[in-house]
Amino acid sequence: MASIPHDPAHHNPGHDEHHDHHPTGISRFLTTTNHKDIGSMYLWFSFAMFISGGIMALLIRAELFEPGLQVVRPELFNQLTTLHGIVMIFGAIMPAFVGFANWMLPLQLGAPDMAFARMNNWSFWLLPPAAILLIGSFFVPGGAAAGGWTLYPPLSVQAGMGMDMMIFAVHIMGASSIMGSINIITTILNMRAPGMTMMKMPMFAWTWLITAFLLIATMPVLAGAVTMLLTDRHFGTTFFNAAGGGDPVMFQHIFWFFGHPEVYIIELPAFGVVSQIIPAFSRKPLFGYASMVYATASIAILSFIVWAHHMYTTGLPVAGQLYFMFATMLIAVPTGVKVFNWLATMWRGSITLETPMLFCLGFLFLFTLGGFTGLVLSLTPVDIQLHDTYYVVAHFHYVMVAGALFSAFAAVYYWGPKWTGWMYEEKLGKIHFWWSLIAFNITFFPQHFLGLAGMPRRIPDYSMQFAEWNMVSSVGAFLFGTAQIFFIVIVIRMIAGKSGVRAAAKPWDGAEGLEWTVPSPAPYHTFETPPAFK
Amino acid sequence: MDSVDTGKHNRRAQASGKGTYAARLVALGSALLPFVASADWKMNLQPPNSAVAQQMFDLHTLITLICVIIFVGVFGVMFYSLYAHRKSKGHKAAQFHESATVEAVWTIVPFFILLAMAFPATRAVLDMRDSSAPEMTVKITGYQWKWGYDYLNDGFGFVSNLSTPLAQIKGGEKKGDNYLLEVDNPLVVPVGKKVRVLLTANDVIHAWWVPALGVKQDAVPGFIRDAWFRADRPGIYRGNCAELCGKEHGFMPIVVEVKTQADYDKWLAAQKEKYGVGKAAAAAVAVDSKVYSRDELVAHGKTVYEGAGGCQGCHQPTGKGVPGTFPALDGSKVVNGAKEAQIALLLNGKPGTAMAAFKHLTDKDLAGVMAYTRSSWSNKAPEFAQPLDFAKARNGGQLPAGS
Repeated sequence: MASIPHDPAHHNPGHDEHHDHHPTGISRFLTTTNHKDIGSMYLWFSFAMFISGGIMALLIRAELFEPGLQVVRPELFNQLTTLHGIVMIFGAIMPAFVGFANWMLPLQLGAPDMAFARMNNWSFWLLPPAAILLIGSFFVPGGAAAGGWTLYPPLSVQAGMGMDMMIFAVHIMGASSIMGSINIITTILNMRAPGMTMMKMPMFAWTWLITAFLLIATMPVLAGAVTMLLTDRHFGTTFFNAAGGGDPVMFQHIFWFFGHPEVYIIELPAFGVVSQIIPAFSRKPLFGYASMVYATASIAILSFIVWAHHMYTTGLPVAGQLYFMFATMLIAVPTGVKVFNWLATMWRGSITLETPMLFCLGFLFLFTLGGFTGLVLSLTPVDIQLHDTYYVVAHFHYVMVAGALFSAFAAVYYWGPKWTGWMYEEKLGKIHFWWSLIAFNITFFPQHFLGLAGMPRRIPDYSMQFAEWNMVSSVGAFLFGTAQIFFIVIVIRMIAGKSGVRAAAKPWDGAEGLEWTVPSPAPYHTFETPPAFK
Repeated sequence: MDSVDTGKHNRRAQASGKGTYAARLVALGSALLPFVASADWKMNLQPPNSAVAQQMFDLHTLITLICVIIFVGVFGVMFYSLYAHRKSKGHKAAQFHESATVEAVWTIVPFFILLAMAFPATRAVLDMRDSSAPEMTVKITGYQWKWGYDYLNDGFGFVSNLSTPLAQIKGGEKKGDNYLLEVDNPLVVPVGKKVRVLLTANDVIHAWWVPALGVKQDAVPGFIRDAWFRADRPGIYRGNCAELCGKEHGFMPIVVEVKTQADYDKWLAAQKEKYGVGKAAAAAVAVDSKVYSRDELVAHGKTVYEGAGGCQGCHQPTGKGVPGTFPALDGSKVVNGAKEAQIALLLNGKPGTAMAAFKHLTDKDLAGVMAYTRSSWSNKAPEFAQPLDFAKARNGGQLPAGS
């Protein structure tokens, strides 16, 4: 990570260089308390994990290319599906958005840095050990955890030491997230430029503020669940074992009390990014700012009272099934408000289609599709047929990949010029978008059909009726994977200034916000005196 | 309507009203038709074979239709805006940014659409969960990795294993039509009868799922859940375990054979005969008191060990197991030690691990497995057991009466 030249101040002499005294080489990154350095490290870490998780996904799709067992043994297959989920969620998506928060929140709020700079360093440097535990668990006896990313006991109690490594990794990443959240909340509440009231904050700050509260509320719950798992495994407790008075299903309740808000922990910052970019390229203010804030808060609150819709088949009481169905359906209302607001922002704007905007449109279209399949799944009787099938796999990849990942790409293209001082190459960005969009749909749209026709998820081999769509899906997956190699080329070329176009302080004529008032690349220290905010 | 229509509508929306587009789509479709028809491009839920499955099917069709209509409407607006409100067409941005009326409308209208969806869904939930007044009851137990079926009203039960040969899975043989969806002993039920199933599991959570019957229910160890179905038509209906349950999760299918009442009665009588229901319990199964040679037992044991649902699934054909997950038998203390410990382990399993009880196997099968494991790889255990040793162990160490 550290070998990539990323020291904006050295490219651009003349920007307060006397402030930039910091160690060089690896110790700069080990000891840094600078939000920009830490933000970059989060983003590189996230990309490394994205590639690791992506390789796992491609091994899974290679095995599923045709019926029969060819590429991996079933036990390794289960390890791959489990680690793919954990690595992508905790290693790739969450750190990516923390990276954006680190880089952009101080710039957007007019703050000199994050509130707790030293803790910021610590919350990043917890992540690599967690990643080593996760990836390293493939190489211990018994291999990595293989019970699915949901870690359901009793299966996860049976597993080998890979499961313990997973549990410790989850603890470490949880601690990192909690520290990151405290930092974000404190920064947003206390360090805004004078005159920036809460209801004038950029939407990205609002969505992250709410996300940070979700993290603080749910991460300890997950930590509790995995700790109980650990003591069941090694210290003779029976929280999840009926023979000792426990209940395996209790784990699922606790897990999903974390797990459902987690979906919005991933999704809300993505909403924030999209709410910055769509107005910029529509050259029109965000429609319904206040209702956007209220919708975000409503989604966050609802996310705590719908968890058991992941558990319709566990044998909930009828009243439970009905309650969780109604509550889940309600989420469609605030989510709808957000989608309508974005469309109204574009309506009668003056739209241009640069890469960040394209990715936001891709997000909007495909995330909404994923939202609709979510509504289909919210209906208990329909979910009975579709639970634990590829329909669910398709649903959450529409929400997670086309939702969170596409908006992360949009953020890199939108803010990348601010970070590097160079524009990316527009033509390459557009190729990346169309390539990703088409490959994504080839991969995941057929999975709806597979799920409807009755293919369970997490199986290494399947019956003949599923052969055709699986082959299509696997081809799409490899296309999607290569598109992301292309992405890293674009980013490295941007850093190296291959486009030959230096980024202006405000490279997007419709963009709003304090981040565009500092030069590009952003100097190592910014807003040492609070800026004026109208 | 199924989800394929979602795709077509999306593409139509993107085409934003080009007249020839639909015609081209049809032409393309007919060109691809021979290819599509020869393959199995299934796109919708399986044809329902019970009233509940029918309700699920209809509810899915309804909500998908509603979603497609809204989706096309909403994104029609987006694509129109992308077309008409572009800077390159010289469109100047308006500066409005809120409207209380519009915002109230698009908050309230979806609420009523949801309310309309909730009514049929609630009715379906209530029907689906009404397991009262069953006409027969079957207890289903999930094991790693097979299903046990106990006919509680008739006093017998059996285990149902995958019957697809390993060679088909590994690619040595051509895959059959029901590849991975075939078992040795299917669950057999009569048509038109309300069958209640009671589900539990022996080791980890499994889920019993037969799409055509509209049943998917987790089987949770230590608890009993119930579900029910009433099959409309005779036939064979297939499903899978739907909850990740370990290594062989993809290899524990469910097959339900729905017979006419007359055929079912015949089948039932044959099963009762086979399992000795109604005869004196002690004489239920004749004890195999023959003394076999070690070689005979080893040869028989090899077929059990390597057969469908056999020991090799976990312990591997090499006897090396999977380090950290499934213990090696090659060099194992139990396999090379006193015979009593291995007899007890085979009959009762080891709680808290994937080692299930295998007391449903015959005494000869178990003695065979024991002799085989004690004579294979590097193992050269002097002792082995006769079927009679297992019969005694089952009976608390006493020679069973009637032998």
